[in-house]
Amino acid sequence: MAGPRRITRRAALGEVARVGGAACLAGLSLTALVSMASRADARALRPPGALPEDDFLSACVRCGLCVEACPYDTLSLAEWGDEAAVGTPFFTPRDVPCFMCKDVPCARACPTGALDREIPDIRQADMGVAVLVGHETCLNYKGLNCSICHRVCPIRNEAITLEKGEINGRAVVLPVVHSDKCTGCGTCEKHCVTGHASIRVLPRDLGLGGEGRNRAGRAT
Amino acid sequence: MIGRLDLDARQQSVAARGWWRSHKWWLLRRTSQIAAMAVFMLGPWAGIWLVRGNFASSDVLGVLPLTDPYILLQSLAAGHGLALTALVGAGLIVALYLIAGGRAYCSWVCPVNVVTDSAHWLREKTGLTRDRKLDRRTRVVILAATLLAAFLTGRIAWEFVNPVSMMQRGLITGVGLGWGLVLAVFLLDLFVARRAWCSHLCPVGAFYGVVGRASLTRVAATRRAACTDCAACFNICPEPHVIAPALKGKGSPVIRSGDCLNCGACIDSCPVDVFRMTHRFAGVEEGAAPARRRAVTPRRAPAAGPAR
Repeated sequence: MAGPRRITRRAALGEVARVGGAACLAGLSLTALVSMASRADARALRPPGALPEDDFLSACVRCGLCVEACPYDTLSLAEWGDEAAVGTPFFTPRDVPCFMCKDVPCARACPTGALDREIPDIRQADMGVAVLVGHETCLNYKGLNCSICHRVCPIRNEAITLEKGEINGRAVVLPVVHSDKCTGCGTCEKHCVTGHASIRVLPRDLGLGGEGRNRAGRAT
Repeated sequence: MIGRLDLDARQQSVAARGWWRSHKWWLLRRTSQIAAMAVFMLGPWAGIWLVRGNFASSDVLGVLPLTDPYILLQSLAAGHGLALTALVGAGLIVALYLIAGGRAYCSWVCPVNVVTDSAHWLREKTGLTRDRKLDRRTRVVILAATLLAAFLTGRIAWEFVNPVSMMQRGLITGVGLGWGLVLAVFLLDLFVARRAWCSHLCPVGAFYGVVGRASLTRVAATRRAACTDCAACFNICPEPHVIAPALKGKGSPVIRSGDCLNCGACIDSCPVDVFRMTHRFAGVEEGAAPARRRAVTPRRAPAAGPAR
């Protein structure tokens, strides 16, 4: 093993091509796997102050500092088979909703900016939006005055209001969510009395329709 | 079939220097690995919050931020701008391993190392010799591939599969399917190839290996003139190729390769105290002429000392 190793240009180029090819192949396989595995389930919500999902996955290092900062054990890091990408923080409001701490300790704990640690107020949080999905199961739609979602909502009388309506000629009061006030904390979903919650928090892009263009190309 | 607790490679040293001196670095390193996991586990499991977070990023005593520089590098490749806390944390970790030795992470901190060492131990004890030869540079290819994948997907790609983080998270915050991956690594090391994961495939180790090329703390064969060619160090070393230039070369006795884990197994296993844990500027110790060879029978003639 005396002296530096001598290699020919042909051998060097061959080696570079081989190693580069292997790296590209492995990189593309991992790319395929990652894009397959990083679709978050709509039931998994991110902590308050989270960047939009795509940016979030480029920033979150999965350290769990937000999870450990949460005083209510709302958050957990996803394991394989959970709704969110493995290792990332999420919560399932039907189990434990976000209690909307005024000082937002979870977001303040984030070292990478995946959660906005400068978030001024928990009311600016945007974890999702409550949507009354069960128009056939919601007790208020059946004419009862359940209104539990309205009563438990921490942004009382602003995020959910009760509006008079009429169904089949019967006067009813209906819970109506105001998306500009709702933070998606999930307290309503947690307390909904139906077996499967009639009101659910969904990520905003799923929960709200939106402006765009219809198929004829006209703005709607 | 499973007899003595320690590997055959340590036997000569145990005979010459006793059990404790032959396991000194091994004991220190296991203590360090257990302590590193324990401080992270104390919070969630016992409510004693010395450290929050996990090895990806943590907060020590509420003042000191630490961040895994490799994960941060992927985040950067994925197009996320740098956040100050994470940047400071990653800088501190890089500085730490520039002092302690790059892959000291692997041998002194990483919990997967305990798994792969156990697999290796079982392999030796049961006489499993099947060894599908892997190229040591595979890990560098995987390292490049993870950065490419991070760039293409805009996600911290390796964290979707990284068994190292899976195991840490599993220990810190609870058990999940991630343990399957850890088991896979164990079986890989046991049945498929010798030291397959840590010495051939793991891109985390490859990353710290790059840091280790410039690190201060290094093992050196400072008394290489005393070497009896018993090959105990080569047999015990997870990266045996790093030893030869320092032990048998004519230049510096320092093991300079970034692949070296600073694990001290060579120091433990050497019956004649050739190796020292020292710094990268160490030289050959004078007066270390071919020494007393207690209870050691060299297989070949001793290597030529500097006198030749």
